[in-house]
Amino acid sequence: MITYALIFAFASYGLALLMNLYRVMTGPELSDRILALDTMVINAIALLILYGILRGTAVYFEASMLFAMVGFISTVAYCRYLLRGGIIE
Amino acid sequence: MALWAEITISLLLVIAGFFGLVGSFGLIRLKDAMSRLHAPTKATTLGVGGVLIASMLYFFAGQGKVSAHELMITLFLFLTAPIVAHFIAKVHLHLRERPEALPRPADNAEWAGFAAETPARGARRTKVEPADTDMAD
Repeated sequence: MITYALIFAFASYGLALLMNLYRVMTGPELSDRILALDTMVINAIALLILYGILRGTAVYFEASMLFAMVGFISTVAYCRYLLRGGIIE
Repeated sequence: MALWAEITISLLLVIAGFFGLVGSFGLIRLKDAMSRLHAPTKATTLGVGGVLIASMLYFFAGQGKVSAHELMITLFLFLTAPIVAHFIAKVHLHLRERPEALPRPADNAEWAGFAAETPARGARRTKVEPADTDMAD
């Protein structure tokens, strides 16, 4: 039963990543692209944890933790660059 | 693995997948940039939360281990999602909206985001030029 639920979750998160990619490519504004990239990072974290459940190992938690931190920092840096013209003043 | 654990984990995984799909579908479905901000930052966080709780239950029921990594990731995502949403809304306000087009704040004050913003050295000009005012609506 868990296997079928895992397959469903994998399929829906893969489809969600494709939707985010569409928004990144055709976003009419810059803020849409940043938002879609941030959502891609969050969906990739979910996919990593699902893969960890599938393989039965806890190795992927560190990877997803790093992914969350790097995604947050890069989003904030991009917004900061657009707002102020520089990241570190 | 016990039956109740299997049912709970499967239910959580299905709910999480559904919410992840809804969040990303709202990202391409909604019209406005500000309403697009609403969909993923709420729904995807709920989806990832469901996946993390399912993973925690899976490792607890299967191997008897209680791990705190998932709680750390959930806490980190819940802390950073409002900050990211705030920053993206501010980028949209500064690049696409003029202060005159926004509704006036109370007490006839200025918008705090625009008033406090003194551009740094070498900053690009965030004020919308009169030539491209047709993009502001």
